[in-house]
Amino acid sequence: MKLLKLVPDHTNIDFMRWRNLAVILSTILTIASLAYTAYRGLNLGIDFVGGQVVRVEFSQPVHIEDLRARVAQLKVGEASIQALGNDRTYQVRLPKPPGPETASNQVVSKLRTALPQAFPGARVDAGESVSGKVSEELASDGAKAIIFAMLGIALYIWIRFEWQFGVGALLTLAHDVSMTLGFFAFTRLQVDLNVVAAILTIVGYSLNDTVVIYDRIRENLRKYRKMAILPLLNLSLNETLARTVVTSLTVLIALGVLMAIGPEVIFGLAIAIFLGVLIGTYSSIYISAPVLVWLKVTPDSFVRVDEKDAPGTQPA
Amino acid sequence: MLEFPRWKIWIVTLVVLAGIFFSIPSLIAGTRYANRWPTWGPHAKISLGLDLAGGSHLLLEADTGDALKQRLQAKEDEVSTELRRDPRIDVGDISTAGGRLSFLVRDPTKVDAVVERLRRLSQPVRLTGIRDWDVQVVDSTRVVLIPTPSGTVQALKDAMGVARDVVRRRIDPSGTKEITVITEGGNRILVEVPGVEDPEQLKKLIGQTARLEFKLVDLQADPTDVQQGRAPPGSQVLPMADRSGFIAVKRRVMVSGDQLTDAQQSFDQDGRPDINIKFNTAGARRFGRTTQENVGKPFAIILDDKVLSAPNINEPILGGNAQITGSFTVQSAHDLAVSLASGKLPVKLNVIEERTVSAELGRDSIHKGVIASIIGTLGVILFMLVTYGRFGVYATIALVVNAFLILAVMALFGATLTLPGIAGFILTIGAAVDANVLINERIREEIRRGRRLLDAVETGYREAFRAIFDANVTHVISAAIMAYFGSGPVRGFAVVLLIGVVTSVFTAVYFTRMLVALWIRRTRPRELHI
Repeated sequence: MKLLKLVPDHTNIDFMRWRNLAVILSTILTIASLAYTAYRGLNLGIDFVGGQVVRVEFSQPVHIEDLRARVAQLKVGEASIQALGNDRTYQVRLPKPPGPETASNQVVSKLRTALPQAFPGARVDAGESVSGKVSEELASDGAKAIIFAMLGIALYIWIRFEWQFGVGALLTLAHDVSMTLGFFAFTRLQVDLNVVAAILTIVGYSLNDTVVIYDRIRENLRKYRKMAILPLLNLSLNETLARTVVTSLTVLIALGVLMAIGPEVIFGLAIAIFLGVLIGTYSSIYISAPVLVWLKVTPDSFVRVDEKDAPGTQPA
Repeated sequence: MLEFPRWKIWIVTLVVLAGIFFSIPSLIAGTRYANRWPTWGPHAKISLGLDLAGGSHLLLEADTGDALKQRLQAKEDEVSTELRRDPRIDVGDISTAGGRLSFLVRDPTKVDAVVERLRRLSQPVRLTGIRDWDVQVVDSTRVVLIPTPSGTVQALKDAMGVARDVVRRRIDPSGTKEITVITEGGNRILVEVPGVEDPEQLKKLIGQTARLEFKLVDLQADPTDVQQGRAPPGSQVLPMADRSGFIAVKRRVMVSGDQLTDAQQSFDQDGRPDINIKFNTAGARRFGRTTQENVGKPFAIILDDKVLSAPNINEPILGGNAQITGSFTVQSAHDLAVSLASGKLPVKLNVIEERTVSAELGRDSIHKGVIASIIGTLGVILFMLVTYGRFGVYATIALVVNAFLILAVMALFGATLTLPGIAGFILTIGAAVDANVLINERIREEIRRGRRLLDAVETGYREAFRAIFDANVTHVISAAIMAYFGSGPVRGFAVVLLIGVVTSVFTAVYFTRMLVALWIRRTRPRELHI
């Protein structure tokens, strides 16, 4: 049987030739993403702004305008109603009502009793309410978690490699997270707790690629002490290219299936990680590596690391 | 490479078999095979999160202002009971304004005696040496009781503990359901109830303080004054529960719900729902004496400062059994009975977060998640097979073993599988083969460089391990932070990722290494097709 080789043997792409162009492009895109996110804002779910969502399943098809009229009669604020796949399943979202922290939950109670009365056979399949206080805490916890994860991982890379690599990791992560945020701002896909989990996964995942490439750069720096940095980076990137492509593809296969036929509740999570893997693969080549050129990594950066590089070199 | 000692083979094989064995209870749960599983086998299985099993997640926040109000009221009752005791001391102008209790002592010579008796009532707060109430005298005749800050803190803490137990008893009177009721962050209680049919009833049960009091109706009060909210000294005006108006009752609590031992919904002689209550010995004695002394007068039954009804006392009630009447439905009478039997909440609880999922929607999520997992896994397996041939087969075996190990570890640790957790499972499947990809690509590379087969495999495993180790640590860092900050479903996702990272290093590195070593030892291949 002939085995599949997506990356032919002896592939030698001059990645670093376009490094300046790529970095300029990435910087522009990153800044544009952040600016756009700041300008348009994210479509935040009730997890982060408070409010209520119920999911209703009707026994007969219901027109969205009928449903909207019924909900309007309850006088609980401007509803945003979305059909979930067919005209019998809807999601109704309402803004956080004014008043005490309990007001939010009372709206869900109201919907839960009123909808089956208005539409016989209707069943409220899911109901969520998040008060203003709780949503503020969830938002700040989410932001903290992402920042701590980025710093924690950069710190680990610094300890295991050198400070230049730590900076490279942090910039790579900042790029990946900004681009993901920009994607969510642009598509208006809802950002909920699952998406924050996805961003944290991207933070871990995107660095996976970077670490593999950094590991090879370190190895080659020791092996070819006389080689100039640019050819050395190209060599390392080409040597790891087959692995980068195969691994990214396996993850994309698994996530693609989840996105296509998985439960819709976790669609946001799946698409965010899917996208993060793509961005992370790109940035591990065009952000992580060029940073090392500017920070002037040389074979001498590693001389003293030889001694402390004990853990993990020898599998059992 | 070849020196894979026998004891290592045994350990790896045992871990793999144990993984399969311990994952079986979770896999057959809910199927007809569950009954055929031998009793001596392991029974720990993965529990499903509320988003998969269906159920309600409620976050309750204590209304601390209400807790302090209730504490002050309890103090008022305690003080009046104490001073009515022999030798009785008359007091008046009782006020609870400003969060402190103050009253006038009618006989100025007895102020010192009052202070002495009330100081004895106060309790030391744990080991601080501070008492929970400060007793002071103002203007030589007025006694003021001020709650001390540390006393208040302790009282709130105690109240939360009691509230947690009361909530548990109300939701699960029989104590048989698998519910979670825990206090969080000082003033919150997290409630998770799987398989709830009607979350509104659940919230009603928790929402009621259920402070039951019996007080005498003040018959001297002027009806027009009462409707305007003015009551004579020693009395108070309370609204009727059915909103039919107001009624004046004596401030003194004759009997309270604290002295109940049981409450049950029943019907009166006209077939209307009511509640049968049973007092403890002290309560029965007090109830008996009060009804004996007040035959023919109306007796107000008060729930959470609303008067349910005020029936006339037709005859002394001595047996310790009584009925609470009012305008009830069967459901509301039943709910009130459950609430009364479980005791009053020492603090009002507000729902500040709710997430409810029906069992149908949960089943649908599991169904879709499982199908996506299977197809995703098959896709990854196919890709590995066409890319790496024999080594792809090893990676596939490792992948399947890894899936069993994740389930087994989750079951043994009592971890909860949530909907994002299923996504974590699929992601782990995709990411777990990364270690094999790293190894296999490295072997390919070493063969290209002209190394002999054995040497190439050996170098491939050795050199790849460093990158595998570092790359997985980054996963662990982000997953651990997620587990720490995340709640519920997100934490479930992080837990699956964490477990998956650890088990995948075992299966992808050690387990496949063993398979490869055994293959090379057995067949002594000349060349490698990879």
